[in-house]
Amino acid sequence: MNRWIEKQRHLIDFTASSLARRKGKSLGLLVVYTLLVFVLASVSLYTHALRNEATRVLAGTPEIVLQRLIAGRHDLVPPGYVEKIGRMRGVQKIEGRLWGYYYDSVLKANYTFMVPADRNIAEGEITVGPALERSRGLAAGNGISFRAYSGELHTFIVTGVLAHESELVSADLVLMSEADFRRFFAYPEGHYTDIALWVANPQEVRNVGRKLIDALPDSRPILREEVLRTYASVFDWREGMMLALLSAAILAFGIFAWEKAAGLSAEEKREIGILKAIGWETGDVIAMKFWEGFLVSLLAFLLGYVAAYVHVFHFEFALFAPVLQGWAVLYPSFALTPRIDGVQVATLFVFTVLPYTAATLVPIWRAATTDPDTVMRS
Amino acid sequence: MSRPSDRVLGFTLLAAALFAATFVDAALRRGTHEAALQRTARLAEDLRLSDPVLFTEARYTRHPTQADLHSAFQDHPVAFEHFPSGSLLPPPALLLDRHEPLDREAAPSD
Amino acid sequence: MLELANIRKAFNQGRHNEYWALKGIDLAIPPARVSVLKGPSGSGKTTLLTILGCLARPTEGRVRLKGEDISGLPERFLTEIRRRSFGFIFQQFNLVRGLSAIDNIILPGYPTGTPRAQLLQRAEALLADMQLAHRRDAKVEWLSGGEQQRVAICRALINDPEILVADEPTANLDSRLSAEFLAILRRLAEAGRTVILTSHDPLVVESAVVDRVYSLRDGQLIDVRDVRRAAP
Repeated sequence: MNRWIEKQRHLIDFTASSLARRKGKSLGLLVVYTLLVFVLASVSLYTHALRNEATRVLAGTPEIVLQRLIAGRHDLVPPGYVEKIGRMRGVQKIEGRLWGYYYDSVLKANYTFMVPADRNIAEGEITVGPALERSRGLAAGNGISFRAYSGELHTFIVTGVLAHESELVSADLVLMSEADFRRFFAYPEGHYTDIALWVANPQEVRNVGRKLIDALPDSRPILREEVLRTYASVFDWREGMMLALLSAAILAFGIFAWEKAAGLSAEEKREIGILKAIGWETGDVIAMKFWEGFLVSLLAFLLGYVAAYVHVFHFEFALFAPVLQGWAVLYPSFALTPRIDGVQVATLFVFTVLPYTAATLVPIWRAATTDPDTVMRS
Repeated sequence: MSRPSDRVLGFTLLAAALFAATFVDAALRRGTHEAALQRTARLAEDLRLSDPVLFTEARYTRHPTQADLHSAFQDHPVAFEHFPSGSLLPPPALLLDRHEPLDREAAPSD
Repeated sequence: MLELANIRKAFNQGRHNEYWALKGIDLAIPPARVSVLKGPSGSGKTTLLTILGCLARPTEGRVRLKGEDISGLPERFLTEIRRRSFGFIFQQFNLVRGLSAIDNIILPGYPTGTPRAQLLQRAEALLADMQLAHRRDAKVEWLSGGEQQRVAICRALINDPEILVADEPTANLDSRLSAEFLAILRRLAEAGRTVILTSHDPLVVESAVVDRVYSLRDGQLIDVRDVRRAAP
């Protein structure tokens, strides 16, 4: 056993010094390889953690949200709907929600205006999400004016900023009183944006949903289960545009690595001939090359993964967030909770280490089985 | 005297230690984040929020689950998107489910 | 010591360009002596050397090392015998460029799993013996031809083989270096090692250090001559 270990260490010695001899090439390969792992691992760590975070955070979303559709478009819920649904069997609690979008032409950003169900906000006052605090420089006590659709300016006093730790769900919120909301948007009295409802028996949610459509044919119920499913599959569709763009880079690297790993230079072939002649077995040569491929790809995997981890969970995915988060002006800034999927990491390991190691071994097979006397015949 | 394999294996071991450290760090961070996560979930519940703030550029990306059935770029589940986030976010499953009967109804009978 | 019986070797056997390099060779190499295979190019002396050194297998015939038939052994065992019993010095020296002298010398010791410290110690002793201790860490491509050859000798000796095989060792050396090289061979033979070399260099063939000369022509042994009295 000791001999075996000592022998492997000898082979690593040889591999290490042949890599050191081609310092520029080896280092370049390691850097490119590490970068590739870094990008792949960043995207996969980020999306996995985000999916987890979203489904956890939204676990308490209303069991059913009921929208009203007119001509295929979302419309206000007219008076009477809330009462009508309230009488339905199985419905435990029902609330009309008031919320909408406001486009801030100063920042060219969209905010979500909302009347909170859990707190009372005095007229003329607002509570804002952290993104507004950041991008508009708002703090408690500041005033801010928004131009209503009627054209007049409404000024509000900021009385509070929502907690930063909850930015993932609250970044762009502007919370205001119902009276202000209705005045600002000229929202007709008695109308609501949509209706949130809770069902006593979780088994009954689907039935209630069906009953709602029967009773109110112009309505569209959205179940919590569907919301969670949407977020469980966020980024699943194509695992992100990044990956699509990246596929070209992966391919290019594949060619580069194949060329580098698979093509044996005349120098290397000569070396293998010498090693064979001085008493190395075919297996020794192959083991030596295996260590080269394995160590290079293992190092690239480890370094790339660690860098990706730090990038995603300590630097908020700063390099790629703009790409993944699209054209929005307001980016929520949130530190994701590290949820790591072991299978995902293992998959990444297998897909980065195995192909490269294999690519180094394929050409060596032929070269290593050449007869040891070839050196004498050149 | 240091031999080449010592240096290579030492470096690899260091990298492996860092790799292991990320899992320890993840566990620690999960611990410290837990309370904030619960508060966030509570806020979402209290404010009746249905979507995280990921893409604020349009209403169907800000609140994908609440988007219109026929909003501008979601006319068809695989329609080309104006905003890049549309390619990250599949049309909600419910939308696809609803589309199927609609498509069937809309198809000319022959 | 090392005996060949009716050795025949064909290249491209069964094809239109089939060629018999050796056509029935019988010989016995005496132990602790310097033996030379001589002959014009194409006479088969290098082919014969590869068979003597277990680098290649004969097409027909038997190779016996210390009475044991080794021509039928599978590659693994043959490699092990070669590693244990033979040291090689090549015409082009065949050192691995980019490695230091000492790293080149210990290469044949790698597959044996001998601890590195032990290999280094042995290599340093060999370097000192060849007056090369000061060139220990020099990259081999920076060494002169004579130094390279001495490094090659050290490498051939690292596993302490009984038999040293050299292919045209003086082809790239001038007369002075050739003489030095032959003196080293003499010393090794006197220390009990068997030395076999090929050469068509008269300086080698007629040298006083050589014990026996085998003359080859067209794949056949035409003459065997003991040119020097057995050393004490």
